[in-house]
Amino acid sequence: MDRLLLFLELVGIGDVRSSIADSCIEEDGSKVTTGNILSVQELSIQFDKLSVLHNLSFEVDEGDTLAIIGPNGAGKTVLLKALLGLIPHEGEIRWSPGVRLGYVPQKVAADRQMPLRVHDLLAAKADVLKLPPKSVDAVATMAGLTPEVVNSSIGTISGGQFQKVLIAFALLGKPNVLLFDEPTASLDELAQERVYELVERLQREQQLTVLLVSHDLSIVYRAANKVLCVSKDKVCFGPPREILTPATLEAMYSAPPKFFLHQHDEESARPCKADSHG
Amino acid sequence: MAEAGMIYSIILAFLFAIAAGLVGSFALMKRMILAGDVISHVALPGLGLAFLFHFNPLLGGGATLLLGTLLIWNLQKNESFSTDVAIGVVFAGSVAIGAALTPTEDLVDAFFGKFEQISGFTFVLGVLAVALIVFFIFRRRSELILNLFSPELAAATGIKLNRLNLLFLLAFSLTVLIGLRFMGALLAGALIIVPAATGRRLSNSIGVFLLASSLASVLAVGIGFLINAYVFRSLSIAPTIVIVSVLLFCLSLLGPKTEIVM
Repeated sequence: MDRLLLFLELVGIGDVRSSIADSCIEEDGSKVTTGNILSVQELSIQFDKLSVLHNLSFEVDEGDTLAIIGPNGAGKTVLLKALLGLIPHEGEIRWSPGVRLGYVPQKVAADRQMPLRVHDLLAAKADVLKLPPKSVDAVATMAGLTPEVVNSSIGTISGGQFQKVLIAFALLGKPNVLLFDEPTASLDELAQERVYELVERLQREQQLTVLLVSHDLSIVYRAANKVLCVSKDKVCFGPPREILTPATLEAMYSAPPKFFLHQHDEESARPCKADSHG
Repeated sequence: MAEAGMIYSIILAFLFAIAAGLVGSFALMKRMILAGDVISHVALPGLGLAFLFHFNPLLGGGATLLLGTLLIWNLQKNESFSTDVAIGVVFAGSVAIGAALTPTEDLVDAFFGKFEQISGFTFVLGVLAVALIVFFIFRRRSELILNLFSPELAAATGIKLNRLNLLFLLAFSLTVLIGLRFMGALLAGALIIVPAATGRRLSNSIGVFLLASSLASVLAVGIGFLINAYVFRSLSIAPTIVIVSVLLFCLSLLGPKTEIVM
């Protein structure tokens, strides 16, 4: 139902959501199977001889918001790229059939001096995906981009607006899963708040599954219903209240890996299993 | 007949200018100006061989151009190797080998080109080549834009980057090849790069940029021909055209900057 409405919005019929929100329309046969939308089993990734991720297993259900946390260099971005199929890996990554991924990267090393308007950029993706030109306006509206911003050069818009552009870019092609890599890393607090409100609204309205890499634990606590922590020696996976304990966080972020295992064992926090010593 | 050959040559020069403007715009945004220049220099050894053994210079130049293109493509793929270094070495090597191979009396022609009549067959080939380049740029325009903006996002959108990069380099080399006879190996790249720099000064959207670059390129060729025909008849055409295009760029500096870039 929601996907149908999203489709109608994308093809330019406009915001029909409110008018028929309570009516009952059967969805056609393209319905995504409920249950696991993503299943990752024993995922390992290494570059040359450097092991980045080792034996990672987790599952994501439809409609979940999974937060991926961990210290810098732990492989969070690498994980997202593997999930997107951009880098080779060992183990199994299985998306359920019919999944369409939208990706908002951590930073875009775009040449901000490129003579490129926001509209050019969005239209280029719409063209590559063979979407109707009107879909550009639809995603711009969804992401809260004003026509003024859409017609601006990408070099002249603010960081917050740029982030919205990336979100609009990700929304092209009607994704049902969004992957965010630290979407607010370089933004001030107000802009951060707006971006997260946008993400929450999109998720609510479009029934999206969201995978979110973030350092902002308050956001993780607020938005996520599952947390995956990735660090060199430890992997934890579970609901926020079990994962975001002081002991786990200290172990993951502050104490050197060599020591945290012992400390952690003493705490015997349930959700974390130690894979190996550092 | 001689007249027709000359007209063919002039028409092809203008068509080359259009292709050069289009390809140059993307080369500028890809920040491969240096690489672009080197690609044209790579034609030198081939030209040298052609002059030495009296076969069609376009054949010789085309062969080494293709080799150079594949080399640069491979370097682009291989991130562990500094492209700058490789380009520097290839550049020096090509010029030296080209200069050593080319008979002295043909050296100036190889470096700076020679404007002469062309056969109907060469003309048709040239027109086809330009059509191919223009078609490629407009067909792949969106993919090229996404790749420029972010290779990562382009890949996530499903674009095959390696193939796209190779196709672009081939389009670049083909453009150089079309201009090689009358611009010479040292200056063929210049008409791809300089008008694009001018176009960039005058535009803030892709469409305008492509148009402005092509226009600057066509203007340079046109004014160059006029100067050559009516003012300084003894000048070689290629340096004249490049000087005009540089002057056009300087003029564009006088105009207002299109926008403030943060």
